Amino acid sequence: MKKYLSVFRIRFIHSFQYRAAALAGVATQFAWGFMEILAFRAFYASDPAAFPMEFHELVSYIWLQQAFLAVTALWFFDADIFEAISSGGVAYELARPMNLYFMWFAKNCGTRLSRALLRCVPVLAVAFALPKPWGVSLPPDFMTFVCFLISMALAFFVVVALVMLVYVITLRSISPLGPRYFLGAISELLAGATIPLPFFPDKLRAIVELLPFASGQNAPLRIYSGNLAGAEMAQAMLMQLFWAIALTAGGMLWLRASEKKLVVQGG
Amino acid sequence: MRLYFKYLGIQLRCQMQHKGSFFLNMIGQALTSLTTFLGVYFMFLRFHTVAGFTFEEVLLCFATVLLCFSAAECFGRGFDAFSRMLGNGQFDRILVRPRNEALQVLGTNVDFTRLGRFLEALAVFAYAIPKCGVAWTWDKAATLLMMLVCGTAVFIGLFVVYASLCFFTTEGLEFINIFTDGGREFGRYPFSVYGGRVLKFFTFVVPLALFQYYPFLYLLGRAQHWWYCLLPPISLLFLIPCRFLWKLGVRHFRSTGS
Repeated sequence: MKKYLSVFRIRFIHSFQYRAAALAGVATQFAWGFMEILAFRAFYASDPAAFPMEFHELVSYIWLQQAFLAVTALWFFDADIFEAISSGGVAYELARPMNLYFMWFAKNCGTRLSRALLRCVPVLAVAFALPKPWGVSLPPDFMTFVCFLISMALAFFVVVALVMLVYVITLRSISPLGPRYFLGAISELLAGATIPLPFFPDKLRAIVELLPFASGQNAPLRIYSGNLAGAEMAQAMLMQLFWAIALTAGGMLWLRASEKKLVVQGG
Repeated sequence: MRLYFKYLGIQLRCQMQHKGSFFLNMIGQALTSLTTFLGVYFMFLRFHTVAGFTFEEVLLCFATVLLCFSAAECFGRGFDAFSRMLGNGQFDRILVRPRNEALQVLGTNVDFTRLGRFLEALAVFAYAIPKCGVAWTWDKAATLLMMLVCGTAVFIGLFVVYASLCFFTTEGLEFINIFTDGGREFGRYPFSVYGGRVLKFFTFVVPLALFQYYPFLYLLGRAQHWWYCLLPPISLLFLIPCRFLWKLGVRHFRSTGS
């Protein structure tokens, strides 16, 4: 356990170096969030009755999405791992007395978490300070907030486990482009990053909510504002738990199977 | 100009060496914008109109911006990836050659895979042009053509700004993405949707609305003034400060040394 923690810590500190870049990123995310909200506002103005969420719920959703982008983005990969796979450096990693899956998992967690910490504080601070219809509102009660935190942690595991699958596929096929594009593009839509899932047509939404992608950002961001509550919330969180375990276990077994077949070319 | 076409030929032949990865890359590019399209589609299934525009009208806008952006990204890739050129010393080599440096930057980096989005934009046009209810006359067709040409130029101008700033920071500044990637993403709706202040900003500061919103109103026959159709060329004025900034950057250039 200790060795994985130190991998995590190294990554965490490493990414913490780029503070200026993070500041520029914060400005970008802030402008981005604002434009998104303005666009939804226009739809709200044209037909408030058709709006499937409360407006303040949507605003909180967008700001939290921007703040925790590094936690929940499915297109965010560790370039080092791809590099190690295509250059053959992965052979060194296999020679170490560590489980490759856990090591990569810890690496990804470290990078994402330090990025998220750097970025979420300024974004949230401004988003809370904004006047009423534009800012983040507090969650309806304390229990909701606790559920939000648990759900966010689960979402983090689901997202990293999903990304891990791409590394495993890359290990098997060398070229990472295909799965990367798929996960980068279609899954963003299915995760509720392009538009929140309540805006989907109802029938499609019922299917999409069962997919692992919906256990990413969709659940915690909607729980926070009270859009998902009661039995629906419990169901969503159970779904998250299921996918977190299933994806991690599946990825681990798959990687182990791939390791056996792995051929390191030349050297 | 002859030199540039020669560059284009070399780049095309070079990228065609790896056909499989080329087309996969291209499909990937198209997929990312497909999600944006689906997002717009789902929104309109629910709302039918936004700020007085229908789905087909918005699609016309969406396709215009997407086409301009992808063309700019394909041919202006040199500026988009400029921080790498500065970092590895490639720009030093360019400076010693007796040719215009901007031309060389453009010519040595052309990414034809970006045309994946271009094709997608064409497909959306093919659907939207007959359906959007515009009576196409020669002046409207000419306006649309001007929108596309000037839009591409403005996006390339933005890439130039991005590249010029690299002279001062070496690293690329993520902030400019708001106007490039953001321009593409938010340009899917006419800029008036975002309210008056945003519209003013995109008219007078970064003139994306000059080739997107105003001539678009003219196409729909909702323009208050007939001269809205002449606004796209005005947006080309934006290229003057871009060029100035580029010159300033080149003069300020200090080699990174590798």
